[in-house]
Amino acid sequence: MAAIQLASGFFLPTLILIILITALCTRTDAFGAFVEGGKEGLQLSIALLPYLLGMLVAISVLRASGILDLMTGFFSPVLEKLMIPSELLPLFLTRPISGSASLGIVAELTNSLGPDHMASKIAAVVQGSTDTTLYILTVYFGAVGIRKMGRALTVGLLADFTGMIAAVMISAWYFGFFS
Amino acid sequence: MVNLIWIFMIIIGLLFSFYNGTTSEVNQAMFEASGNAVELIIGFIAIFTFWLGMMEVAKKAGLLRVITSICSPFLSRLFPDLPKKDPSFGFIMSNVTANFFGLGNAATPFGIKAMKEMQKLNPAPDKASRSMVTFLCLNTAAITFFPATIVSLRLTEGAADPLDIVIPAFLATLVSCSTAIIYDRISWQIVSRRRK
Repeated sequence: MAAIQLASGFFLPTLILIILITALCTRTDAFGAFVEGGKEGLQLSIALLPYLLGMLVAISVLRASGILDLMTGFFSPVLEKLMIPSELLPLFLTRPISGSASLGIVAELTNSLGPDHMASKIAAVVQGSTDTTLYILTVYFGAVGIRKMGRALTVGLLADFTGMIAAVMISAWYFGFFS
Repeated sequence: MVNLIWIFMIIIGLLFSFYNGTTSEVNQAMFEASGNAVELIIGFIAIFTFWLGMMEVAKKAGLLRVITSICSPFLSRLFPDLPKKDPSFGFIMSNVTANFFGLGNAATPFGIKAMKEMQKLNPAPDKASRSMVTFLCLNTAAITFFPATIVSLRLTEGAADPLDIVIPAFLATLVSCSTAIIYDRISWQIVSRRRK
């Protein structure tokens, strides 16, 4: 495991090293190219603000209104029947729409139940194995100015749903098996 | 679609807050979210400027072309609509690799460059092309070997073994990524058949 952590830490520095050594060998004007690409990055990130702001505001309205809590109460009997800890429900509802909110939920769960509680472990696996679909769609489509997302949203949310089921099942199997 | 979702998220939230008596929370949350968005973009400025700068160097030095031709046989199967050795392959590969190591922040600028390359070949510039949907599947269900944020959270919370979630999370991403790609293929078949 330590090797993975090491590889993860080495990936970006190695990439930079390879890029710059190649630039040196091919006599590329590396700094000029860097500045040119950097300018594009600067414009791009500023252009993303309205997309991101609009989406984050909508999500925050939904969360602050308390409707997600209402839905939690509504769905938790179903989860109980499936033997899934109902503490996880807010996470399932939040994960596809907001990465920071769902990370907050995982942190809160881990803190209140203890990091070695089954629900905290499952929560960590769910958080670590899925990504925030709505955020990705907003940022990636916003950057190229696409309005009609077509199948992307349906496919993305369906993939989230399957991914979360897979995460719960795999962690139940994995942790049940090894403890 | 997104337009409607956006409108409904806000309308439902606002109406429910009247009923629930949470209007002041909603007021506060809206402005906080706007502030958060700006903070997020400031973070983006730093990361995007740096990584798109580096990627431009890689492109000028011809490195991206090398990466593209190495992964072209594999990626052109996944993206049948893109020409062989399309420049987007280099960015797609960098994006997938960064996600694999749990470096989401670095993955985003690579992903956006890939989207820009794919947009050049898009027949209808305001609509998501087939390749873009496939690429988004690769991202929302990215194969992640090392979920860095969550491991560090479990480390600070004092888990007995903070790394014990790495293997199940990796297996889960394998399942979700492959199902995402299957869904993408199936829905593309349905849509293209309907068009005929």
